[in-house]
Amino acid sequence: MSATPAQSTLSAKPTLPAISPVMPEHHYLNNGYGLKSWLLTRDHKRIAILYLLSVSFFFLLGGLFAVVVRLELATPAGDLLTSDNYNKSFTMHGVLMVFFFLIPAIPATLGNFLIPLMVGAKDLAFPKINLLSWYIYMLGASFGSWAILTGGLDTGWTFYTPFSTVASTSAVVPAALGVFISGFSSILTGLNFIVTIHRMRAPGLTWFRLPLFVWAHYATSLIMILGTPVIAITIVLVAAERVFSFGIFDPKRGGDPVLFQHLFWFYSHPAVYIMVLPAMGVISELVAGSCRKSVFGYHFVAFSSLAIAIIGFFVWGHHMFVAGQSVYAALIFSILSFLVAIPSAVKVFNWTATMYKGSVTHATPMWYAMGFIGLFTIGGLTGLFLAAVGLDIHVTDTYFIVAHFHYVMVGGTIMGYLGGLHYWWPKMTGKLYNENAAKVAAALIFFGFNLTFFPQFVLGYLGMPRRYHAYPPEFQMLNVLSSAGASILAVGYIFPIIYLLYSLKNGRIAGANPWGAVGLEWRTSSPPPTFNFEKTPSVTWEAYEYPEGVESHVA
Amino acid sequence: MWTSPLFPEAASTIAPRVDAFYFFLVSLTAFMSILIAVAFFYFFVKYRRRSPDEVGVHIEGGMALEIAWSVIPLIIVMVIFGWSTSLFLTYTRPPAETLNIYVVGKQWMWKFQHLNGHREINELHVPVGRAVKLIMTSEDVIHDVFVPAFRVKADVLPGRYTQLWFNATKAGRYHLFCAEYCGTKHSGMIGEVIVQEPAEFEAWLLTGRAEGSLASAGGKLFQDLACHTCHRPDQTGRGPVLPGLFGRTITLQNGARQVVDEAYLRESILRPAEKVTQGFQPVMPAYQGLITEEGVLQLIEYVKSLGTEPQTQPVRPASGGPAPGETPPLPPKSEVNR
Repeated sequence: MSATPAQSTLSAKPTLPAISPVMPEHHYLNNGYGLKSWLLTRDHKRIAILYLLSVSFFFLLGGLFAVVVRLELATPAGDLLTSDNYNKSFTMHGVLMVFFFLIPAIPATLGNFLIPLMVGAKDLAFPKINLLSWYIYMLGASFGSWAILTGGLDTGWTFYTPFSTVASTSAVVPAALGVFISGFSSILTGLNFIVTIHRMRAPGLTWFRLPLFVWAHYATSLIMILGTPVIAITIVLVAAERVFSFGIFDPKRGGDPVLFQHLFWFYSHPAVYIMVLPAMGVISELVAGSCRKSVFGYHFVAFSSLAIAIIGFFVWGHHMFVAGQSVYAALIFSILSFLVAIPSAVKVFNWTATMYKGSVTHATPMWYAMGFIGLFTIGGLTGLFLAAVGLDIHVTDTYFIVAHFHYVMVGGTIMGYLGGLHYWWPKMTGKLYNENAAKVAAALIFFGFNLTFFPQFVLGYLGMPRRYHAYPPEFQMLNVLSSAGASILAVGYIFPIIYLLYSLKNGRIAGANPWGAVGLEWRTSSPPPTFNFEKTPSVTWEAYEYPEGVESHVA
Repeated sequence: MWTSPLFPEAASTIAPRVDAFYFFLVSLTAFMSILIAVAFFYFFVKYRRRSPDEVGVHIEGGMALEIAWSVIPLIIVMVIFGWSTSLFLTYTRPPAETLNIYVVGKQWMWKFQHLNGHREINELHVPVGRAVKLIMTSEDVIHDVFVPAFRVKADVLPGRYTQLWFNATKAGRYHLFCAEYCGTKHSGMIGEVIVQEPAEFEAWLLTGRAEGSLASAGGKLFQDLACHTCHRPDQTGRGPVLPGLFGRTITLQNGARQVVDEAYLRESILRPAEKVTQGFQPVMPAYQGLITEEGVLQLIEYVKSLGTEPQTQPVRPASGGPAPGETPPLPPKSEVNR
């Protein structure tokens, strides 16, 4: 280590503070209290908080619809809701979760908050555009809410044509507008990140000294910018066919319904990586910080993010293996889908290897990292079942698919989101939450999640199709297990809201670096000042370079 | 039927092959997950932080390991790809001789037509031990025929024909589900496949068949729509001669070659101007919206019954004979390669 971080006032050497830390006098949270100071802020950290509140709201709303769905499915007969209301419930669950929670969840909250801190910048490159992106998101979300209030949407989150354009009588256009509009917030966020990462790195902070969280967000931003316009165009075409009766997707008017699927999945498969890559970035930080050790194979983990982003654009056809695709197209999409598994596997192996000879803390963030790795491994491996056309034919459009993507989306993205929130909560708020409560919640979530979704793999192979309001009685046992798991999961999700909010007032003061981690974000006070650093940091050390001299216990 | 509450009945020739592949993948998933979990927990405990200021040993990584855990998974997934592809090719290549049944999906019911004219709704009778091919289309939105016990599934699209085939191995009643979300009563768009012993099936086929075969219904429609005024048996008509047309490769006005299959016939009935045969004028009116999907299928079956390209006429094995009744011999399946 050529230059020790001890040159700065905040030592990077991990030590427990001898005296209780105090809250800094000036920080971004006490820089103005009025509504205007929030709604017109250009501070990336405050915008991150605005996003945190809004995406969490839509997560809870989307979760509410999931509760309704699981309640209905506890019995084989469709006895709780009408078929239409059931269809609207799973549709709204999907639309809210995908477009208004999962896609913005990590980039717009943790990414927004941390990227400038991690690159040693005062803010993102375009602070006003950053604020604009939140307003656009809220406008899109308002349209989504309008769709709910004016009767709901019953097309499934996938908007498949010609059902969505000619058959559905629900609020397709408001919902489509909501998705269309919120896409622009995603594009602006991606643009902001890319420019910031290129142009605003602190002196000495070379590309390969960047935290892997930043690499992951860079890859994510590429997908946001390149993919989102395609879904926007597609959604406009759906609205145009519905409103003006253009013959684009409806075969009765000369259109092609499968064209929609190509366009939709060209974005929506990469969108899966918009959701999961940032979570992978979070896990890299959590594992490194919790082990106080450099991430094993840094370059491989960094480039695997880019590989996933790039290959991810060429696998969309695996959603259409039974949709009448040509044999050759199916085989090409199949082999490409297998290839995208490799960089994901590389990440999992590297995270695990990072723990070797580490100094592994058993604090909550590491629990979430463990949860992520376990669930994502299963989610990823069951993806192989679906990339294999010969097996996909039987399991596609069944609960097997539902289980698979929940293992990736919920087991991956939400574990990453919650893990990141727990890891950086002290940085964001300056307060520590109750560690025991957090562990109980993490355990509930892990257990509840598995009980909810593991039976669905079995159910899917057994043949239960997804999006079924009523089902044959022989599927009931597994559905009851799943619904029981969902109730545990719901408690697990509510719990953090309580102890995190409680910590704001009653939590212990965190201090600048409660985890004893390295990384620029830990070198400024918690919560950070409005412009992040007292003076621009100058970086002379590698990523995750923990000071040597402290012998590991295994030596 | 549902002998195990956790595993589906396997009642087709492909089902055991799919199951074997599935068990291989399940074992692989279990092995890899346990491997990761064991390594994780071992490290989690062994290298736990013992003093608050302890840090990890500095390890950059290792090229050999990185290559190993990139290349080994790559080899494994390529093996999976190969196995999957061999299964997939079986799915996509029906045997030359199949019992064809036409399927029309609409919100929210399944309509099946046997070649001899026997129609069913939400029930599909098929014989044991014979390859059955479903030729399917939809009247409205996308549906999907899914028979878990046979491990087969295919989308049913409006404006197109899709196919799937299976060979049932066990008599019994099996679920048939719509697997592509299609609106309000999607979960009610279900039916049963009733697999019968061949003799029993033949007997069933002869019952309740007042309307005549599909081809004869198509012949009647052909007269009713006055198709015969232009499509004459000899060269005097304004439209192409239909006998012997099915299965042939024709040349279109723009010089392109076109195999006359079900999809081409359908298109030429509904939107004849799209692909006009060389030497003919685009004078035929479009029947889009004027004929039901079932009517189109009957017309197609009628055209097929008029005889096919002699070159592709295979010798029919005695055992795989056509459905009984006044149906003309089943046309040969020239779409082996689809």
